[in-house]
Amino acid sequence: MININEVLETNNMIEKENLDVRTITIGISLLECIDSDLDALNEKIYNRITTVAKELVPTGQAIEREYGIPIVNKRISVTPIALVGGAACKKPEDFVTIAKTLDRAAKTLGINFIGGYSALVSKGMTGADELLIRSIPQALAETDFVCSSVNLGSTKTGLNMDAVKMMGEIILQAAEYTKENDSIGCAKLVVFCNAPDDNPFMAGAFHGVTEADAIINVGVSGPGVMRKALEAEHGTDFGSLCETVKKTAFKITRVGQLVAREASKRLNIPFGIIDLSLAPTPAIGDSIADIFEEMGLERAGAPGTTAALALLNDQVKKGGVMASSYVGGLSGAFIPVSEDQGMINAVLDGALTLEKLEAMTCVCSVGLDMIAIPGDTKATTISGIIADEMAIGMVNQKTTAVRLIPVIGKKVGDTVEFGGLLGYAPVMPVNSFDCSAFINRGGRIPAPIHSFKN
Amino acid sequence: MPMQRQPQGGNEGIMRKIVITVVGKDSVGIIARVCTYLADNEVNILDISQTIVDGFFNMMMIVDTAKCSINFDTFAADLENIGTDLGCIIHAQREDIFDQMHRI
Repeated sequence: MININEVLETNNMIEKENLDVRTITIGISLLECIDSDLDALNEKIYNRITTVAKELVPTGQAIEREYGIPIVNKRISVTPIALVGGAACKKPEDFVTIAKTLDRAAKTLGINFIGGYSALVSKGMTGADELLIRSIPQALAETDFVCSSVNLGSTKTGLNMDAVKMMGEIILQAAEYTKENDSIGCAKLVVFCNAPDDNPFMAGAFHGVTEADAIINVGVSGPGVMRKALEAEHGTDFGSLCETVKKTAFKITRVGQLVAREASKRLNIPFGIIDLSLAPTPAIGDSIADIFEEMGLERAGAPGTTAALALLNDQVKKGGVMASSYVGGLSGAFIPVSEDQGMINAVLDGALTLEKLEAMTCVCSVGLDMIAIPGDTKATTISGIIADEMAIGMVNQKTTAVRLIPVIGKKVGDTVEFGGLLGYAPVMPVNSFDCSAFINRGGRIPAPIHSFKN
Repeated sequence: MPMQRQPQGGNEGIMRKIVITVVGKDSVGIIARVCTYLADNEVNILDISQTIVDGFFNMMMIVDTAKCSINFDTFAADLENIGTDLGCIIHAQREDIFDQMHRI
């Protein structure tokens, strides 16, 4: 039987170390909604989402109460809208109506975010894909809860550089459309290489075409728990450090597994995967950077940071796969800047630069995330940063992502406030040397040689 | 064994093994008050242990609620109110979360 120390350990994790289940995300296929009539399509989408996910919020709240574990977000991901809206949408504004429908459904259900305003263009773009991408800035400006993502490349297909070039312009435009609110539109827009079909985390969640009608994916978190556990490892060797990370990841993931199973049973929707990402929040102590400091680095960004992150990411996965047979999504450690007080401090102290962050993304679970850059950054420069990040993902057969916020009217040294889980960020300097002649070439970067495994 | 009996009815508010934790300053009658409430509602106590952490009284009970007729939310809220009366914090949580985390 459970003993009192185990009970106290669990409850301390929840009450003092910010252990939570970050999200229950229901993935919903909208393929059955496809219609060539735009109004009919919108109505079908609204009805489908509000029917399938009707009980999501109350069920999440009931699980929270019964287990005493906070479930911070209840979210929905849908089939990439470029596929769903292709038959009905003839211009970007048509796609915007779908974004508004998604937003309306989100508000009806009381969920936090809805993802899937997306296009998958890793090799080429259909007409519908292009229309959707062009509609993103307006869609994000005119909705509150809709998140958008675009997959620009993969290890199997190489990089779609036409789309990379276009996304540089779209990101700037999204910033311009929401400049009254510190360009927050860009915080809801992410580009990927090797985007997973079952990621429950925003802004990149969408319900892939390889998925079933509806599925429950759960994202667990817990950087604060990890940091606390590592306090006992001062001065120990790496073997011991890794063991603690692994055991802690196991415990965190098991809670996610329990919540996922329970949600699946109560909502009568099959369970998909657990995403065991260590996702920081702006709360003090709930930080990936603090874990690095606990490991022995003065600040995140100090020499050794990439190795520390590699170790952390790998051990989190090893602990996680022992705890759940269905681990998927992104899984590992996120390194967003604005959502992590320790990372913000590292930037302010001059310890952490964009270039070091890029190096860290070679071994983290996602990529350059929630980084504010000057609003006068050129579109081709943003595309250059995206291309670098996509190349890292393509060659290393991992998911990489870019979520940059060029904040209109702000320059290096200014601070931007996004609020809530999105936090605040210091505007970081970007290498100002030009890459436009490279980006403007157009076409594709071919898949790397090691992708030919057939 | 009664604790493994499946409750009848729907999935909402199923009662099974529940862990009750009490944290606060030690005072006379805490356990008595909680136990009276549990007995009144036909809740069987399987295990009690207590310890002092950082000067605070910590008590944990594992209880079997198979025969209890009230739903989880009411049960948890009642205990919370008793805690408020006694000047301590009382939580009720389903046992699975601890089992899952600490047992392979």
